Amino acid sequence: MLNYIKLIVLGVVALFALIAANYARDVAYMVNALTIFLIAAGLFLWTLRNTDEPVPPKVRELSYMDDVVRAGVIATAFWGVVGFAVGVFIATQLAFPALNFEWAQGFANFGRLRPLHTSAVIFAFGGNALICTSFYVVQRTSATRLWGGNLAWWVFWGYQLFIVLAATGYLLGATQSKEYAEPEWYVDWLLTVVWVAYLLVFVGTIIKRKEPHIYVANWFYLSFIITVAMLHIFNNLSIPVSIWGSKSVQVFSGVQDAMTQWWYGHNAVGFFLTAGFLGMMYYFVPKQAERPVFSYKLSIVHFWALIFIYIWAGPHHLHYTALPDWASTLGMVFSIILWMPSWGGMINGLMTLSGAWDKLRTDPIMRMLVISIGFYGMSTFEGPMMSIRAVNSLSHYTDWTIGHVHSGALGWNGMITFGALYFLTPKLWNRERLYSLSLVSWHFWLATIGIVLYAASMWVTGIMEGLMWREVDANGFLVNSFADTVSAKFPMYVVRALGGLLYISGAIIMCYNLWMTVKRAPAVEAETATAHATPAE
Amino acid sequence: MDTYSALRHFADSWGLLAMFLFFVGMILWIFRPGARRTHDDAASIPLRNDTAPVAPSAPEKPAQK
Repeated sequence: MLNYIKLIVLGVVALFALIAANYARDVAYMVNALTIFLIAAGLFLWTLRNTDEPVPPKVRELSYMDDVVRAGVIATAFWGVVGFAVGVFIATQLAFPALNFEWAQGFANFGRLRPLHTSAVIFAFGGNALICTSFYVVQRTSATRLWGGNLAWWVFWGYQLFIVLAATGYLLGATQSKEYAEPEWYVDWLLTVVWVAYLLVFVGTIIKRKEPHIYVANWFYLSFIITVAMLHIFNNLSIPVSIWGSKSVQVFSGVQDAMTQWWYGHNAVGFFLTAGFLGMMYYFVPKQAERPVFSYKLSIVHFWALIFIYIWAGPHHLHYTALPDWASTLGMVFSIILWMPSWGGMINGLMTLSGAWDKLRTDPIMRMLVISIGFYGMSTFEGPMMSIRAVNSLSHYTDWTIGHVHSGALGWNGMITFGALYFLTPKLWNRERLYSLSLVSWHFWLATIGIVLYAASMWVTGIMEGLMWREVDANGFLVNSFADTVSAKFPMYVVRALGGLLYISGAIIMCYNLWMTVKRAPAVEAETATAHATPAE
Repeated sequence: MDTYSALRHFADSWGLLAMFLFFVGMILWIFRPGARRTHDDAASIPLRNDTAPVAPSAPEKPAQK
């Protein structure tokens, strides 16, 4: 019966997408409509062929739903490499502008590729990492199977569709020009539907948990899901110009729009890239160290302090603008208070290793998790410092900001995701161990050196251009033109691109290692597998 | 008073107080007597049920330690 409803819905969607493609007012909208048509029509045929076939018996409740997590691991690794590759390319474009090829103007120039890079690494790589690890973690820590059956698959595929629609839209010029919220209205609507399903699966699983307590990692994941839903809806309140076109107009205007945007933007950092990934930290670090988290009390204080404070920090993106002074002071003060929960969380993660520090010498995965916590500490020290008005007057609009973002993204988010992927792959594919630990070490060092090159070159060029912009001569005239700062930055831009190249080399090595783990590493023997399944008495 | 001012006054008086009290209450709550056992139990959640969910017929919680 359900299949008939599915067929009707898919048929209507496919028909509507074709009509939309016909009336499309811009190329991006037409390509997106055709993409939706192809997917809906394909699913229609697939559903049709399976209708009235005998239904396979229902899956037992006695196993975890890991196939969707496996798909998430593959998607995370894939989008990671794609996002890093675009990043290396646009970094090289900044150093060598000739790479903005004349024949590719309007598709592959820096302006079109830059949102592709940010969305690919944050939402495609980071988002898939968060979705798949949250599904893995919530099942284990609730001791129950995912709620909602195939709804988890809808979350996974719906999210991939969101990524593809957004990415093709960027290249063809559909953007609402809000940083990290570039997708246009219909893509936003799709993400809203997917996100509600995600929330349902997650909360449904927590509700039917077999553990009396909700483990702290789930608190972080849940706050990430709820807050991102709220941010996404408010920052994307826009009215489409036409139902047949991608362009929309924001409901807010002027400084209200700017404040909403940076309330969104900073909390995308705070809840997507911090709270969600802290959920990963609170599960994978204890797992890899094989000991409980250092202080559970501290983790609760960490959680409440972080979510109470982060939400106010957004105005520090708008120092010296039309934003009222009180608002920007508020943002600055809360950013500085954030030092406390951030470092409390860092200490909690690191001290989980107390008594097991030798693992740092013997276990490259542990090393990866620990350096990610180290970068978390460093970038959450740098961030509050940069939010201070006086420092911001030097650092804002310079490459320092880009360096800061990347020490957080490559160091904290990237490294902890790599650690999680190395942890998950043998478990999910039932392998005894990884294919090669020395390749993990290679990855670790390539990535670390890459980040150091990236961050150091961006500090130098950022502070240099900040100082050059404000340099005045004895008569009060500016000494440097903007082009002077651009040409002075050339060597550092080359170093930055080199750092990115090292980082992506490490990620490719990881993909090879994970692939070979699935193909070649010895399988867990059946006896040990059953021995693991029975709880230790 | 316009909506903006009303909300702003509420946010920096009663709203602020309510959130502050919640926060202080949370800190006091986690240091309540007997919390250590609950927290030790919660902290060890990731270290069990690794490969399969708790069976519906089995006791609510697998044995610890």
